[in-house]
Amino acid sequence: MEDKNKNRVPLGQKPHIVEKPKDPSGIGGTITVEINEKKVTVPMGTTILEACRENQIHIPTLCYHDDLCFAGVCRLCVVEVEGMATLAAACAFPITAPIKIKTSSPKVRRARKHVIDLLLSEHYGECYSCIRNNNCELQSLAKEYGVTDYTFGHIEKKRYEIDDSSFSIIRDLDKCVLCKRCVRTCIDLQEVGVLEAIGRGHETHIGTFLDKPLADVICINCGQCINRCPTGALHEKEISNEIWEAIDDPTKHVVIQTAPSPRAAIGEEFGLEPGHSMTFKMNTALKRIGFDAVFDTNFTADLTIIEEGTELLMRLYKALVNKDESVKLPQFTSCSPGWVKYLEHFYPEYVEHLSSAKSPQQMFGALLKTYYAKKLKLDPSKIVSCAVMPCSAKKFECNRPEMNDSGYQDVDYGLTTRELAKMIKEAGIHLPEMPDSHFDNPFGDASGAGLIFGATGGVMEAAIRSVIEFITGDKAEEIFEGMNVMPVRGFDGIKYAEIKIDHVGPVPDLIKHLVPNWDWVKGATLKVAVAHGTANAKKVMDDIRAGGKFSQCHFIEFMACPGGCLGGGGQPIPTNEEIRKKRAQAIYAEDAGLELRKSHENPSIIQTYKEFLTDGPCGHIAHKLLHTHYTVRGKYIA
Amino acid sequence: MENKIERKGQVIFSGYKYGEGIKKALKLSPQDILFELRESKLRGRGGAGFPTSTKWMLTAATLDPEKYLICNADEGEPGTFKDRVLLTEYFNLVFDGMVIGGYTIKAKYGILYLRGEYKYMVPDIEAHLEKMRKDNLLGKSILGKEDFNFDIEIRLGTGAYICGEETALIESLEGSRGEARNRPPFPVNRGYMGKPSSVNNVETFANIPFIVMKGGKWYSKLGTEKSTGTKLFSVSGDCEKPDVYELPWGTKVSELLELVGAKNTKAVQVGGASGQCIPKSQFDRMLAYEDLSTGGSIKIFNESRNMLHILKNFMEFFVEESCGQCVPCRVGNVKLLEGTEMLLKGEFTFEYINKLKELGRTMKIASKCGLGQSSPNPFLSILENFKDEVFNQGMEE
Ligand SMILES: Cc1cc2nc3c(=O)[nH]c(=O)nc-3n(C[C@H](O)[C@H](O)[C@H](O)COP(=O)(O)O)c2cc1C
Repeated sequence: MEDKNKNRVPLGQKPHIVEKPKDPSGIGGTITVEINEKKVTVPMGTTILEACRENQIHIPTLCYHDDLCFAGVCRLCVVEVEGMATLAAACAFPITAPIKIKTSSPKVRRARKHVIDLLLSEHYGECYSCIRNNNCELQSLAKEYGVTDYTFGHIEKKRYEIDDSSFSIIRDLDKCVLCKRCVRTCIDLQEVGVLEAIGRGHETHIGTFLDKPLADVICINCGQCINRCPTGALHEKEISNEIWEAIDDPTKHVVIQTAPSPRAAIGEEFGLEPGHSMTFKMNTALKRIGFDAVFDTNFTADLTIIEEGTELLMRLYKALVNKDESVKLPQFTSCSPGWVKYLEHFYPEYVEHLSSAKSPQQMFGALLKTYYAKKLKLDPSKIVSCAVMPCSAKKFECNRPEMNDSGYQDVDYGLTTRELAKMIKEAGIHLPEMPDSHFDNPFGDASGAGLIFGATGGVMEAAIRSVIEFITGDKAEEIFEGMNVMPVRGFDGIKYAEIKIDHVGPVPDLIKHLVPNWDWVKGATLKVAVAHGTANAKKVMDDIRAGGKFSQCHFIEFMACPGGCLGGGGQPIPTNEEIRKKRAQAIYAEDAGLELRKSHENPSIIQTYKEFLTDGPCGHIAHKLLHTHYTVRGKYIA
Repeated sequence: MENKIERKGQVIFSGYKYGEGIKKALKLSPQDILFELRESKLRGRGGAGFPTSTKWMLTAATLDPEKYLICNADEGEPGTFKDRVLLTEYFNLVFDGMVIGGYTIKAKYGILYLRGEYKYMVPDIEAHLEKMRKDNLLGKSILGKEDFNFDIEIRLGTGAYICGEETALIESLEGSRGEARNRPPFPVNRGYMGKPSSVNNVETFANIPFIVMKGGKWYSKLGTEKSTGTKLFSVSGDCEKPDVYELPWGTKVSELLELVGAKNTKAVQVGGASGQCIPKSQFDRMLAYEDLSTGGSIKIFNESRNMLHILKNFMEFFVEESCGQCVPCRVGNVKLLEGTEMLLKGEFTFEYINKLKELGRTMKIASKCGLGQSSPNPFLSILENFKDEVFNQGMEE
């Protein structure tokens, strides 16, 4: 279970204010209440909303979100509780007495209609010109309550300027309903704390520190706020127009790489249940849209494993054999740009723990405008490199000034899953009907190890599959049943695993020039950890700072988003733990069905080292193109 | 600022010797005090009128060893200034009352949440608390009672009306934005720092020493059956003697008007901005929880006043002072203000005004806290009680 009860939320909003009994079957563990004259028995402390949901009684909500602590501010879920003078917010009312509840009395219905009317009166703009048209909770509520006119008028002038300062996230306060889901997401779910309500009364609005533009505060661009915004007040900075332009320009060679998570989720945008993998249908759609080539980011995920894994082995070697005390351990993964920026802001003294390996997106970018251009005799300045990602922070990442090692901006456009779905629709394509097609060469192969990068624990599992084979010479599938490294899978906020290395094998050719033998790791225990969601990352980092158990780890995977990339800020809306689990299942199922499941066995990878990265993993060429450095940012805001 | 007290009644202003109440209280058990309190039928003076004995009993009954007793001195209700009088001239009563409260509910910490505008009082209050500490009426082992430690800390508000609402006050104390919490849980179970807390008004505390000294029975004989004791009224507006008056509950509005020298009175707003506005025809109603309830504010308006101007003033106050978190209050008050402006211009339809009245009734039951639940009161009562006047404006001009 992801923990809903984080530290920084104001006490008054902690969800489990009334703790539920551990064993509801014990005496006093349950309570019987009447909902609409029907008797139902629920565990003590269950909220009215939960009780209703379990009994198929629909209560409209707006500020409530499954992932978040309570707010009780929209007042849409109000119900009548017998004996109370006022209505109660079902989402925040824990049942501790045998109350009688009415969920749809005239008073209740009138109140809900009033709330919707009031919100609409201040909701600037029209639905048809909104990014969330047809996927907006306010719009749905208006429909549900039969709104046909603006009872209390409709705002005609914008009240706020749009904040489009960020590469990733746009804030349009005129669409904001002040449900504060974004605030709770930022401070409670993610423990970043960039957003808060500012001002009082009618002037209340969601703002940043001193109302600065989002680009100037410590926002990590994770976009989790977008995923939980019920309206169009928060959305990614769209770049599909630029991509259409490039596609329509015959002088441009437009390529796109696709990350694993969008495939596991994009079906949701086309009405499919979560958990359908659309990889090969998506390839066809992308070709039909007009992309000149479609590549699999899993290829560079494999490359990341080789580079990052080698880097880890080198760090261990230097620390254990050379006794070099300047070596920073544990090594942290660096493929989640939200996490990277989080660390740069919140734990800047630890940036050297980050693997210098670029993220798969950025590695691909660097290769496309060098290796690929050379191979296909293309002018790199004419290549437009796009990436479809589950992520809003990838937009920021590709615009980092240092990400131009190819001589050009390595990746031109980061596109979210949602944006791609729109492009596909705009091209008149219904994705589920597409035939399958494959990725393009020369990067046509990708392993299951790269694929599972999409789920929390995936990078760690991929690394373990390779590193353990490198060191022991044993097959990963002989060590882990079905090659599934179960201890690092699953949705626990923080996972920890130890792997004892009791025998070693020969050093594989690929890295022979770097380590003479493995004798020095014989008998050692490899300690690894995985954290997803920056709130969990914070726990691990605080533990490391205090010299706790995690400071003894060798390698830690961090992902900014709950669930990993599949829960990223660019993924289809809505999100909740159930949806994220289904996406994870889709990813793991696809991996299980693949022949090729280890990064180092990927023939395209082997070929790339042979043809282009000729001095091997972490060699000069790799260093120039595939590795990067970080910025010590801190929390100071100018 | 100069305080004026026009009428001293039988309780608060009847004279009290510093420390007396605490001495008496410590000879009793907390249960005894709760018993007297229940007998007295004292109800909270902050506006809501919740029985003080119940609140203290609930706080006392919790098992948590860490509890807080909070004195609500935010006094933000427009037209209320009786807590100021108590805190500048009668802090004896207030702090003795708090110490007795601390003893009764077994709290170690008392907090005085003082309105930011009252900052100037801090040196005097600090000096008084220091004196109490020297006299062993505050601090460790009070009056030699070994296991009774209780001290009081002053914390300043920053001028938001909402922070007088007890759960918003607690949020503010915790360093968060002043916003009301969801209830339940109530502060008596989970309040400041998640610990059981009793929040009481300044005047409520001021009554306590007398109840301890003279007994609950004595107290309950003052006032009416359901509203016992006396009340401090802050009287302002069109009258000769706008001051603080201590009068028994049950006093009629007309009696009060005479006492304060009000002439040609058209309307009386009872209970501050969120109270009710009554016309002449209702001046024989009484000031009591069961009839016209008030935290103390009485505003008098004479024939020269325009009721819509008064209403507009109130609604502007609420539009600004709503904490902005819940929809009915944040947006609802804006709509009621707009409606008032329409009435002022004479540009309205009855159909729309009726919709606004309906909205007002929703706000009263659907808002998250007392602010939004009571802010429609002036709108609803002025439109109801002054029909002829409010629906005929704009047209004359
Ligand atoms: C908007 C609002 C403002 C309030 N302001 C005050 C205040 O300034 N002082 C006060 O004592 N109570 C105020 N209250 C009432 C408190 O919430 C609470 O009921 C009171 O402090 C309890 O004390 P009592 O039981 O002694 O009356 C306010 C309530 C609301 C809804």
